[in-house]
This record gives sequence, C-alpha cells and structure tokens, in this order.
Amino acid sequence: MPAKTILAVLLMAIVTYLPRVLPMAIFKNKIQSRFLTAFLSYVPFAVLGAMIFPDILYSTGHLTSAIIGLAVAAGLAYLERGLLQVAVCAIIAVYICELIIG
Amino acid sequence: MEINKGNFIDTRKNSIHDFFDGSRQSLPIALGYFPVSFTFGLMAVNGGIPVWIVILISMTNLTSAGQFAGTNLIIAGAGYVEITVTTFVINIRYMLMSLSLSQKIAQGVSNAKRWIMSFGITDETFTVAAMQKKDITFAFMLGLEILPYMGWALGTAAGAVVCTLLPETLQNSMGIALYAMFIALVIPAAKKSKAALAVSACAIFISSLLRWIPVFSVISGGWRIIIATLIACTLGAKFFPMEDVVNAG
Repeated sequence: MPAKTILAVLLMAIVTYLPRVLPMAIFKNKIQSRFLTAFLSYVPFAVLGAMIFPDILYSTGHLTSAIIGLAVAAGLAYLERGLLQVAVCAIIAVYICELIIG
Repeated sequence: MEINKGNFIDTRKNSIHDFFDGSRQSLPIALGYFPVSFTFGLMAVNGGIPVWIVILISMTNLTSAGQFAGTNLIIAGAGYVEITVTTFVINIRYMLMSLSLSQKIAQGVSNAKRWIMSFGITDETFTVAAMQKKDITFAFMLGLEILPYMGWALGTAAGAVVCTLLPETLQNSMGIALYAMFIALVIPAAKKSKAALAVSACAIFISSLLRWIPVFSVISGGWRIIIATLIACTLGAKFFPMEDVVNAG
C-alpha cells in the first residue's frame, strides 16, 4: 500500500500545484469570459455539495446515526460555528447514537 | 557604486519589512488552519493511511477540499486517474486566484520567485494578498504563506498522532467528521449567496441521482463528483453569470 499511496499523493500534489503556478507564470491578462469566470467561481460549492450527499449517509455504522450526525452538523453550520466544533459535535452525536443502537 | 550599495540595503530592509508584514497578517490564517488540518489528520489516519504519509499529503498539497477528496478516494481504493482528475477539478479554482494575483505582483519579480510563491496560494492567503492596497512583493508573499503552511502541517501531525491513541468505538464514529466539515464550509456560503446555494443544491441532486439510479451504478465516487460539478457549474454560470463569490471560500 505505501508505494501506491505515495504515487497517488504525488499526483495530487502535481495537480494541486499546476493550477496555482501556471496562470501566475504564463498569463498576464485577465479572463474576459464572464461565463468562465462564473463557472470557476462555483466549482467549490458544487464539489462540496456532491461530496457531502449522499455519501454522508453511508459514513457511519447505521443510517440513523448518519442522519442524526448530518442534522447536528447542518444546524451548527447554519449558526456559522467553526469547522472543528461542527465536526466534533457531529462525531459525538453519532457516537452517542451508535451506543444507543448498539 | 555608492548609490548602488545604498539601493541594495534599502531593498533588503524593505524585504524584511514586507516579510514581517505578511507574517503578521497571516497569523489568524495559521491559527484557523490548525483545527481543520487536525481534523484531516484524524480522518486520514482513521481511514488507514500511515501517519507519515498523512503528514506528507498536507506538506505537498496544502489545500483543503482537494486533498480531502483525494485522500478519501485513496482510502476508498480508487484508481490513479480518478484521484488525479477529481483533485484537479476541485483545484481548478486556484487558476482564477493565481491569475488575479499575477496582476498584482510587483514589477521585476523573477519567474523562479513566481514558481515558489504560487505554491502557497490558498483561498485564505489569496484573499489577504488580493486585498492589499500596494503591489505584492516576493518577500510579502513568503511571509504571508509560511505560517499557514506550518499551521497546516503541524495540525495534521497532531491530528494524525492523536487518532492512533483513540479507542476504536470512537474512531468508528469519526467517519462523519469529514462530511461535517464540508457542511460547515458550504452552508454559511449558501446562506450568503443564492447562486452558491443553487449550485450546491444542484450538485447534490445530480450526485444523488447518479448514486441511486441503478443504470448509473457503474460510475464511481470520483467521477460522480466530477460529473455533478461540471453540470452544476455550467447551469450556475448560465443562470447566475454576475455572482461575485470567488472569495467566499
């Protein structure tokens, strides 16, 4: 596993670095296309949405505990709590729920 | 000769000043990164990746969404193409930031320096750099990027080590941590921007269709994210072309 994992990590590092460096090194002009600008600005939100759901439902031992974790995380996120607080509270909610379900 | 020497000392003094100016402004970023990368370290080690590789991921990638998704796929046993394409698609947004910063770089910054300072562009360092009233120097960017880099690496290391000390029952409940963190990123942004809300809702809808409709079951997790992202962003750009949410992350 380590060799395969390290290769995957290096590939990730390369495709993370290239988008950062290429425009800075090559392009001197701003993007004119309004469509492309908007498209690129929406990428984080679409990616986050697609990564969260429905995968979150299968991230714990039971569907019930996952739904409760989702509800707790969504509620705290709506109140704009920090990332760590949202994550820790969701973990605790899932943990308690899993203890009850057994 | 005299004048040249004077200029040299002046430049050096300015560099030191710029470096500390950047560092000072980046301290909150570094502190903010620590808990996020701590959670990442927990999640990745919990998923079965060795501690030192988890730290290596943070030190070579230095990004949130991209490395979370890539690491998730590594844990799921995905193929190289899937991991690479997913990470790349998520990181495409850096092109915008890098492009925007390239307009603000002080004159005469060499290519080598440009290649070094672009490594540390993140959503947060970009925002601070982009809001400077003056042109950006190499020293300023270096100062701005170094503390967040250290915060990111140290947080990851702390989380990775702590994870190995936790009881197994608690570790099993931590599968939700990553998703909870994503939720904490997207919901505040969706509250502020109708476009962000529409785009992420659209992506969730497409992702769910691809996951649950049997015909699409051959599509694996990584490609599902890519397809959902491309469709949701195309629709978003079509219906909300004017939105200015680039810095919201």
